[in-house]
Amino acid sequence: MAKKQYSLQELDKIANEIRQDIIRMLLEAGSGHSAGPLGMADVFTALYFAVMNHDPKNPDWEERDRLILSNGHICPVRYAAMARAGYFPLEELKTLRKFGSRLQGHPERKKLPGVETTSGPLGSGLSQAAGMAYVAKYIDKKNWRVFCAMSDGEQEAGQTWEAAMFAGKNKLNNLTGIIDRNNIQIDGYVEDIMPLEPLRAKYEAFNWNVIEIDGHNIEEIIDACSQAKATQEKPTCIIAHTIPGKGVSFMENKFEWHGKPPKPEEAKTALRELRAIGVKITGIRE
Amino acid sequence: MVNPKAYLAPEVFAKDVKKTPTRNGYGEGLVIAGEKNPNVVVLCADLSESTRSEYFQKKFPERFVEVGVAEQNMASLAAGMALAGKVPFISSYATFSPGRNNEQIRTTIALNDVNVKIGGAHAGISVGPDGATHQALEDIALMRVMPNMRVIYPCDAIEAKKATAAAAEIEWPVYIRLAREATPVITTEKTPFKFGKAEIFWQGKDLPAQAGVTIIASGPLLYEALLAASKLQKQGISAEVINNHTIKPLDQKTILASVRKTRVVVTVEEHQVAGGMGSAVVEMLAKNFPVPVEMIGVQDRYGESGKPDELLEAFGLTAKYIIQAVKRALRRKR
Repeated sequence: MAKKQYSLQELDKIANEIRQDIIRMLLEAGSGHSAGPLGMADVFTALYFAVMNHDPKNPDWEERDRLILSNGHICPVRYAAMARAGYFPLEELKTLRKFGSRLQGHPERKKLPGVETTSGPLGSGLSQAAGMAYVAKYIDKKNWRVFCAMSDGEQEAGQTWEAAMFAGKNKLNNLTGIIDRNNIQIDGYVEDIMPLEPLRAKYEAFNWNVIEIDGHNIEEIIDACSQAKATQEKPTCIIAHTIPGKGVSFMENKFEWHGKPPKPEEAKTALRELRAIGVKITGIRE
Repeated sequence: MVNPKAYLAPEVFAKDVKKTPTRNGYGEGLVIAGEKNPNVVVLCADLSESTRSEYFQKKFPERFVEVGVAEQNMASLAAGMALAGKVPFISSYATFSPGRNNEQIRTTIALNDVNVKIGGAHAGISVGPDGATHQALEDIALMRVMPNMRVIYPCDAIEAKKATAAAAEIEWPVYIRLAREATPVITTEKTPFKFGKAEIFWQGKDLPAQAGVTIIASGPLLYEALLAASKLQKQGISAEVINNHTIKPLDQKTILASVRKTRVVVTVEEHQVAGGMGSAVVEMLAKNFPVPVEMIGVQDRYGESGKPDELLEAFGLTAKYIIQAVKRALRRKR
């Protein structure tokens, strides 16, 4: 389908709106994860509004690009991006984590069309993405691409590397992994809990093409995805350096905000800060 | 007597009864499924010869995927392939798959409800010399407790072939339990096999009778159950032997019809008695028609090295022990 072309300013604006959606959703839900979804708002905006071939009105369209969200706990960012892209009404975001909702606390394929797979337990997304990419490349010989968003914490899971080895061996150049390198996990800072560095060298050693970017620079995200598409013979790993809690001053870089929602007063402050950033985006660029 | 409608192998009680491992039937069933459906793909974790998935590999190399020693990755790769429209079969030993990769199966296959089939070979203590680490005794429990998952445990190689081909046509996750050792070929091509439908292989005489019993068996130990039934007949005890190849969903109708006549049950399986096929039967009977049940199976212990026959004897899983269990059960009959 023909895609609407968004300017970088428009994309920044959408990412800002998604961050506000996330705060409102988590406040309403009363539980959930704050830091990760805020940190990945720019990546998800780039994917849904500039990079992926997809059709919100036809989520099962066979030729669509697939996005696997491996670290399912950051699903508020995916739900908000999907709603903004037109998969379902924005109003439904309020149902996050509630009984009977299609927006489960961790995403479930059978509940909500377009989420592609059920995820939450860390480390199994890259395998599923690799399975899809293998089918597209070798069995069905299709051009659709597969993206897999992962956390940095889940790089500690052995299965991630089983999948990385498989993708490298099979030269799955239609597979792009995007690691949210925010350096936090539930128990603390990733490099304290279980150091990943040198992360780039690890993926390179598994025969991947690696691109490191500022995960809040939408232009860099789009460029990296284009480079991945142009890469032959290797899957690409985009290490997106992000700030957990991005856009909300008291959440930024605090691992304590990994797994909790804002209280009403905190949400108010957060929304005020985000609105101010929104005005700035429009103001500066216009 | 043998149920004539079961069309069992005529030489089933002969000393030189033909023996073939059920895993061979799995390999043959994969080929049939692959011929019928171009979307069937087979994944294997470094055990293609041993699981017989090599039969498929030779025929359809472009649809065979070797993943190396990585059962967790294999389960989720298969989930991804199913999401992309394929019908993947994953092949390994049951201790590793669905053992090691249990959570991957739970989340990415069963909860996700995708069309993946799991072939678990080397189940049971009859694996023999390899010892306890390689003798899966809890896999039925692991699989039947998962919503959406279906569980089949074929009694011989021919049934394994039919079950594997049938699994490809069911749009559910399916676990197929397989054995290493060559075991008697009980059935023939003509023997009915329908997923979810238990079959009476040995008919009781003059039921309902006071000396009547229902023996429900899954897997190759069904052979021991048939031997037991034939010996019991000579002792004036009338057994009805049910081949319960589909453990989930359980064929309540066939089982209840028999138990209503006999009012006493013996279950037989090469698996822990906790959580296995017998447990599934007991759960169903407790609700519908509570009767005394004796359960032949592994009694809360691990296996060990030895010859398959030695182990079956040492763990109390042969016809002799089934006959003892029948007598215990009859004494408890109300």
